[in-house]
Amino acid sequence: MGKTIIDKLWESHVVAKEVNKPDLLYIDLHLLHEVTSPQAFAGLREKNRKVRRPDLCFATMDHNIPTVDRFNIKDDTSRLQVQTLEKNCEEFGIKLEGLDSLQQGIVHVIGPELGLTLPGKTIVCGDSHTSTHGAFGALAFGIGTSEVEHVLATQTLWQNKPKQMNVKIEGELGYGVTAKDVILWFIANYGTNAGTGYIIEFSGSTVRDFSMEERMTLCNMSIEAGAKASVIAPDEKTFSYVQGKTYAPKESEFNEKCEDWKKIVSDSDAVFDQVIEINASDIEPMLTWGTTPSMCLPISGQIPAAESAFSIEEKQSIESALSYMGFNGHEKLEGVEVQHVFIGSCTNSRLSDLIEASVVVEGEKVHPDVRAIVVPGSQSVKREAEGLGIHKIFLDAGFEWRDSGCSMCLGMNDDIVPEGDRCASTSNRNFAGRQGKGARTHLVSPIMAAAAAINGKFTDVRSMLQTKNPEVDRYVGI
Amino acid sequence: MSGFKTLTGKAASLKRDHVDTDQIIPKQFLKKIDKAGYGEFLFYDWRYHSQGQENPDFDLNKEETKGSSILITGKNFGCGSSREHAPWALKDYGFHIIIAESFADIFFNNCVKNGILPIRLSAIEIQQLYTDRSVSVIPHLTVSLENQQVVNERGDRFDFEFDPYWKNMLINGWDEISVTLQYEDKIKKYEFERIVN
Repeated sequence: MGKTIIDKLWESHVVAKEVNKPDLLYIDLHLLHEVTSPQAFAGLREKNRKVRRPDLCFATMDHNIPTVDRFNIKDDTSRLQVQTLEKNCEEFGIKLEGLDSLQQGIVHVIGPELGLTLPGKTIVCGDSHTSTHGAFGALAFGIGTSEVEHVLATQTLWQNKPKQMNVKIEGELGYGVTAKDVILWFIANYGTNAGTGYIIEFSGSTVRDFSMEERMTLCNMSIEAGAKASVIAPDEKTFSYVQGKTYAPKESEFNEKCEDWKKIVSDSDAVFDQVIEINASDIEPMLTWGTTPSMCLPISGQIPAAESAFSIEEKQSIESALSYMGFNGHEKLEGVEVQHVFIGSCTNSRLSDLIEASVVVEGEKVHPDVRAIVVPGSQSVKREAEGLGIHKIFLDAGFEWRDSGCSMCLGMNDDIVPEGDRCASTSNRNFAGRQGKGARTHLVSPIMAAAAAINGKFTDVRSMLQTKNPEVDRYVGI
Repeated sequence: MSGFKTLTGKAASLKRDHVDTDQIIPKQFLKKIDKAGYGEFLFYDWRYHSQGQENPDFDLNKEETKGSSILITGKNFGCGSSREHAPWALKDYGFHIIIAESFADIFFNNCVKNGILPIRLSAIEIQQLYTDRSVSVIPHLTVSLENQQVVNERGDRFDFEFDPYWKNMLINGWDEISVTLQYEDKIKKYEFERIVN
């Protein structure tokens, strides 16, 4: 029997294998940020332990930092947390892209951007969206602070091998349907615990046709389907993305590496515990209406009513979501008014996301009742976008153009949605209170968010795209 | 960390599915740099109204649930972020055991690392924990990790599965890093072979 890509990644990292124990896995890259690391460093200090391989650690600050006037962190506890990361990195000899770095950004944006994220690596971070890095054929998953401490001290983790799922997506996506819509559609149809206990391989022609940035969006939200991790087989697109990046292998070594990376694919006779097949042409632009990512429908959809539930539990959860979101049930999603638009987060803040959204925004004005912000995923993305003049399109339309960070995805800084307001957000979680207490989040793609900003309400972006630049296709798939 | 012993305690119910980590502990409480004192912020947005007054309708604010050491809940408990502040808050509040139909993976691991025992039981078994059919009476349960068994007041026994490695770790209260540091030779060998190959 052949091996899956997951088998291959797993087996090549087993340090110790013993009966009645999880496997001891070696970790190739440990990404750190300010929120989930301070207690881990404190734990090391308490026991007088060292960081085993500081050269395999890499840190940045992203969750807490302001996106305007970025060096002026007003909140005392936030500032202390950021300073604590600086101090810890200095004391333990860990490379940090700090607030003043040109390379600073959301940890899951800069890892790939700097060539730290490479095929075949095991990558962990004290952040659930570490799944993003699976887009490169890496085994990447989020961990808690105790595990952060464990990796710092030992460069390993004890892990039971999860089950394996192959999600095959075949065919061509419709016009105006994005990678974000694919992952939202998957969660809407299979649920937030579809992947619990599994690692997913995303395969099929749709995934192969995706750019690296689209693949990152897909893998990023596999955690919202409950999966431990997700992975996509590396290919020529992966190699050409990686080539020339700061920390990627250089020249002759690079070609050698590519030969190794080509082997990180599932064998044709590999067997998965579960296989799900999806037809890409079934997918429409999606948006969430409730308080979990699975409460999600196509833009043409109608919000459910509690009486449509199959069980008492489902009825209760629909009722509570409707009440939180300010709906009665039966409303059409198209036409629901929004007061905020957030284009950003580790899901959708890369250059191609911003370019695609700018195509919708070009020549338009943000609706007067809407406050719209763009938060590039990294300072590099920001600079590149500015080099292309993208920021001008957003600014001319009335968007705010910010510095990079996690921002309104979780509102740990000042970027908060007020109680009762609605936000069209390109982020990944619509949990109650996520963007602010009482804030009502609707998860969408960047182009759907851009359309909502212009119209002040949710509309089908496809109708806008048709009247736009006929060359729009050239922007897609960067 | 002290080892996990048999525990008898009062069980509070939180009859909801998909309780996410943003509900367990909202983001504004993740800014501290220590592990202590998160209990007062547990389920903050459910426990308190906007102006900070206690919400009397929330399950854990009811007098009869006070002092509970076991939490009974639904499917996919702890989904969402990897924040270990969630188990820190649960433990600081007084919960040592969580019984649910299922847990999110990262949260499950985070519990075990903090001496909280997460137990998976089926929906039917969870229903049977309550000796009163109306589920209104707060049950007292005895939980033995050694025997992997939950016993209710009527003496009904419910077996649960638990990974033998983590069981050992919890019962003995071992420091996992100390255990792993004994594998230093193997880790070195692995690193050496990776360089050579």
